[in-house]
Amino acid sequence: MWTYNKALEYPINIKCPNPKLAKFIISQYGGPDGELAASLRYLSQRFGMPDQKAKAILNDIGTEELAHLEMVGTIVHQLTKGASIEEIEKYGLGAYYTDHGVGVYPQAAAGYPFTAAVLAVKGDPIADLQEDLAAEQKARATYEKLIDLCRDDPDVIDPLRFLREREVVHFQRFGEALRGVQDKLAQKKFCMNDMKPINKKDNDDCGCNN
Amino acid sequence: MIDDNTNLDNCNCNCDNCPDSTRREMMMKIRELDFAIIELALYLDTHPEDEKALCLHKEYCKDVKALKDQYQKVYGPLTIKYPCNKWRWLEEPWPWERGNF
Repeated sequence: MWTYNKALEYPINIKCPNPKLAKFIISQYGGPDGELAASLRYLSQRFGMPDQKAKAILNDIGTEELAHLEMVGTIVHQLTKGASIEEIEKYGLGAYYTDHGVGVYPQAAAGYPFTAAVLAVKGDPIADLQEDLAAEQKARATYEKLIDLCRDDPDVIDPLRFLREREVVHFQRFGEALRGVQDKLAQKKFCMNDMKPINKKDNDDCGCNN
Repeated sequence: MIDDNTNLDNCNCNCDNCPDSTRREMMMKIRELDFAIIELALYLDTHPEDEKALCLHKEYCKDVKALKDQYQKVYGPLTIKYPCNKWRWLEEPWPWERGNF
């Protein structure tokens, strides 16, 4: 279970509303490489992990991604709150406003709503962790594009830089977890889900009391 | 201009004379410690034998607990697990409303 902390992981205080930037940044809320997809990806994959380090890292990074989801939602909220209807229309948020007002709805920058199709849970630790490594790089690349687009507003760039940096750290930790899983799978007596040793004959004692 | 930025608890002026500067400083320190704890926890997940990291984690956990106890006593709860004589959870603005900037 989780406990909510009434504080952002990193402070956000955007002084000037700017719906144009909100239209781009919403992608890190509900887009293909966004924080919602990241947290669901890791928190769902953790159930299928064979070793303690991989379970822990997916659990803990998945949790941090929820904090990042809140940060991105906060950026979008502060960029749209108080904006005039003229500004909303002028910067191409008219369609969004029609369906969601200035609420924060999980969608990609291109407008399509969040879909679980952007994440995968393969039930295979190597496949899943490789996916996570790619996901972190894609999120890093997205933040770099957003930083380019937001170049005129330091209040927006600051938290985006923090979020970008976290992707780099997560990539590093997933790489270490992947190496741990590979070492584990290389061990002779290791049993995976069906409690049969995956690299020994069926009748050998695998040490799993089964 | 932002229309909800009239909360007197958050003047955003960053001046030392501001009655809120102690609170701001405490929050900043809490945030720093919480961040360091997250970072150390992720590192320890894949390096559980690292004594130095473990030691720092222990130290920061102790520090942040003391600081949060002190903060919550004055400024209200940071989680719903903080007991109050009246329900203070609603009193302060939320993080997305610059609640604890």
